Amino acid sequence: MFNSNKKPDYVAGNKIIYLNRGLNINIKGKAKKAYFDDIEIKNYAVQPGNFRGVVPIPKVVVENGDIVKSGDLLFFDKKRPELKFVAPVSGKVIAIRRGSRRSIKQVVIEADEKISYKSFNSPDLNSIDRETLVDFLLEAGLWPLIRQRPYDFVPDKDIVPQNIFISTFDTAPLAADMNFVIEGREKDFQKGLDVLNKLTSGKVFLGLDANKDSAPSDAFTKAKGVEKTYFRGPHPSGNVGIQIHHTAPIKAEDKVWILGVQEVLTIGAMFENNIYDARRVIAITGDEVIDAKYLKTYMGADVSDTVKVCIKNIKCRVISGNVLAGETKMFGEYLNAFDSQVTIIKEGDDYVPFGWLISQKKTPTFWKAFLDQWFSFGKEMDVDTNTNGQKRAFVATGIYEKVLPMDIYPVHLMKAILAGDIEQMEGLGINELAEEDLALCEFICPSKQEFQAILRDGHRIMIEQA
Amino acid sequence: MKRILKYFKKIEPDKLKKPLLFSMWESFFTFFFVPKDTTSGIGTHIKDRMDLKRLMTFVVIGLIPAYIFGIYNIGHQHFLALGQFTDLSAGWNLKIAHGIIKLLPIFVVTMVIGLGWEFVFASKKGEGIEEGFLVSGALIPLIMPPDIPLWILAIAITFAVVLGKEVFGGTGMNIWNVALLARIFVFFAYPLAISGDEVWISGFDKIAAGVSPNYGWFHTGLFNTIFDWFGWAKFDPGWSIVDGFTGATPLAIAKDGGWDAVTQVYSTSDMLWGTIPGSIGETSKPLLLLGGLLILLTGIADWRITISAIIGIALSGFIFNMWGITPLMTIPWYYHFYIGGAVLAIFFMATDPVTASSTFRGKWIYGFMIGVIGMLIRVINPAYPEGWMLAILFMNSFAPLIDHFIISKHIKKRLKSE
Repeated sequence: MFNSNKKPDYVAGNKIIYLNRGLNINIKGKAKKAYFDDIEIKNYAVQPGNFRGVVPIPKVVVENGDIVKSGDLLFFDKKRPELKFVAPVSGKVIAIRRGSRRSIKQVVIEADEKISYKSFNSPDLNSIDRETLVDFLLEAGLWPLIRQRPYDFVPDKDIVPQNIFISTFDTAPLAADMNFVIEGREKDFQKGLDVLNKLTSGKVFLGLDANKDSAPSDAFTKAKGVEKTYFRGPHPSGNVGIQIHHTAPIKAEDKVWILGVQEVLTIGAMFENNIYDARRVIAITGDEVIDAKYLKTYMGADVSDTVKVCIKNIKCRVISGNVLAGETKMFGEYLNAFDSQVTIIKEGDDYVPFGWLISQKKTPTFWKAFLDQWFSFGKEMDVDTNTNGQKRAFVATGIYEKVLPMDIYPVHLMKAILAGDIEQMEGLGINELAEEDLALCEFICPSKQEFQAILRDGHRIMIEQA
Repeated sequence: MKRILKYFKKIEPDKLKKPLLFSMWESFFTFFFVPKDTTSGIGTHIKDRMDLKRLMTFVVIGLIPAYIFGIYNIGHQHFLALGQFTDLSAGWNLKIAHGIIKLLPIFVVTMVIGLGWEFVFASKKGEGIEEGFLVSGALIPLIMPPDIPLWILAIAITFAVVLGKEVFGGTGMNIWNVALLARIFVFFAYPLAISGDEVWISGFDKIAAGVSPNYGWFHTGLFNTIFDWFGWAKFDPGWSIVDGFTGATPLAIAKDGGWDAVTQVYSTSDMLWGTIPGSIGETSKPLLLLGGLLILLTGIADWRITISAIIGIALSGFIFNMWGITPLMTIPWYYHFYIGGAVLAIFFMATDPVTASSTFRGKWIYGFMIGVIGMLIRVINPAYPEGWMLAILFMNSFAPLIDHFIISKHIKKRLKSE
């Protein structure tokens, strides 16, 4: 409930930033630190929609029935042909599915028992210049693993990023523990950082977790050639956007890059082993999961194979990502490329008599207007997808700032977006925000406004304008 | 509960054919049942238990102590005028009965007229009814004199809801506090109904020695019969107002005589606990404080506004004490909280999130200025006996401007750093 600002010992001489605003949502279904061994995932997909700024209909170079190795080219962007997307696993291409307006939705591969890899010829990092390195990353299909802020685009190859940011912890509800994910792959991580160091004119910033009693993994604390900053505070302190805001804010024309820990591993593995290694460790979490644990798999795993084994109840929602910013996945859909978590929770489609007056659910809340909230002291709560009320105009003020540890006025920004006032949007900091950063505002909103959808709309307007 | 749900589903009117009926049905249905809507999946998958219904209801709950005491005090003031049952607890059944006879019609008219307009506009917009009027409707009876003619009340509420809120787009879009708009309408359109000494004592045609109370069927017919069964004291139409009773509020007395004259009529504990004439819900400070703390501690009202308003009142009261050239200026600054509607205003009116400033810094300025301007009107302006209504509406008008300056500065800072 409160956040003591005592500096943990392991921070030692490093920089630490205390964030007091935010909210930890404590729900049931945390993943145990063990692996599922009974889940076998057959199919994997690369989904162009996961990569922002890629044309909706990229040029697919494989056909149904083609045999590919991990690292083989699947499709490339028509506008930026240098943007290549490769297979995360080896096997047979079994489907090229299209979505609305003939866009390519998924390129599906049925994986081999044993993954075989295309062998690459990774250059020597010590002697390489930036341009050759960029060309190699593009060729090897590693480039789309990098996201460029603002707007989380696949980066432009000609723009040198101001800085590169990696958050090494996730504070979202039930998030995967990166210290566990990275176990045994410390070398790949360091190699990945070395590669990234070659790509920026500034620094590579690593955001580390200072909330726990024990120090983060050595891979993070002993990482070399990076600027380490510890963060202590509730969610969203693990969001990379928040960390950027407090270490080196994005300025007018600046572009920065962000990467997830597992993407760094894939890049590192390429330079260590000369293969495209899309291994992922995914936390399968949520109250509806029988015995929540981690799963070793590859990028773009089939969600239905995952849930077949472990769900309690068929009436549930499967989310790629966390409950705040993830995406609903139906049967036969695939995990998003950048997610390292699946959350499965109850659907809440039932009527609750006088639910607004007499609280009958023990679901998480920000508000002190519930008696049990005064005595909840970090207890794990139930959760379901009911909206708990209907949508209304913005009424409450001053609450949203309490869950957004940034120098930003969220409601004013939302209103500027709704009014389509571009100058105001820019001035209020739309370029510093990602949807996940506003997720908590949306969660606590008593008017049930959809902050993330509004922000998405705002980003769209800004992009069209540019 | 399942049967009620079934029944509701059975009588659900057609939304397109009968929009007014549908919006009424929907508001009652969502009152009984939180709908089964689930998150759409384009944003968060889970949402907080809190919604606007609960948020608004908490303000109403915070006002309940003031309502209970208001009912009693209407009766108590009535009997003080008659010189009967002058002890607070004496004749409690009569006081409560008289209070209910006066307050209930006001409450019913407020809700029927106010919610009626809300239904009309909700059905026009094809949306569910908004909960904003829950709070406004609970506040309006509390800031009216007990003898307010009901037709005036009805016009005032129509003005406040239609022109004060719905033309701006409904709850969340209004500029001025709806409850205070209703009051200011009465204040300027029908000043006799809400000013002077006489309006605060209910049940008489005029306040003068020898005048008998207006008892109707409810007093002598209904309640007297009931009290007869229990053998309790009964209403007697033969009572009359005692000599020397004026019904003047502490503020009216202080205007000419200063604080000394006030304390000759009312003790400070009378004024604190609220057994004095005034608007229905404004008099009892401890009970208002109780409700006020509820909404401050649950985070529904912003404490910044209340605290800064208290600072504003205290500071300007203190400066007036130093100055001290008129009787009102000599009221010790801390006693300004004992009289008039200051406490009700700064806990429940100023903190309305829609009409207040929406930035943290703005809230400090907004609250402080309400305190200062309210005191200026109360102490210096001879035309208006009390200042909070005007001060809050005035600062409501300026809240967007305050925010504008703060946001512009914020924007400039961001663009400059770029």
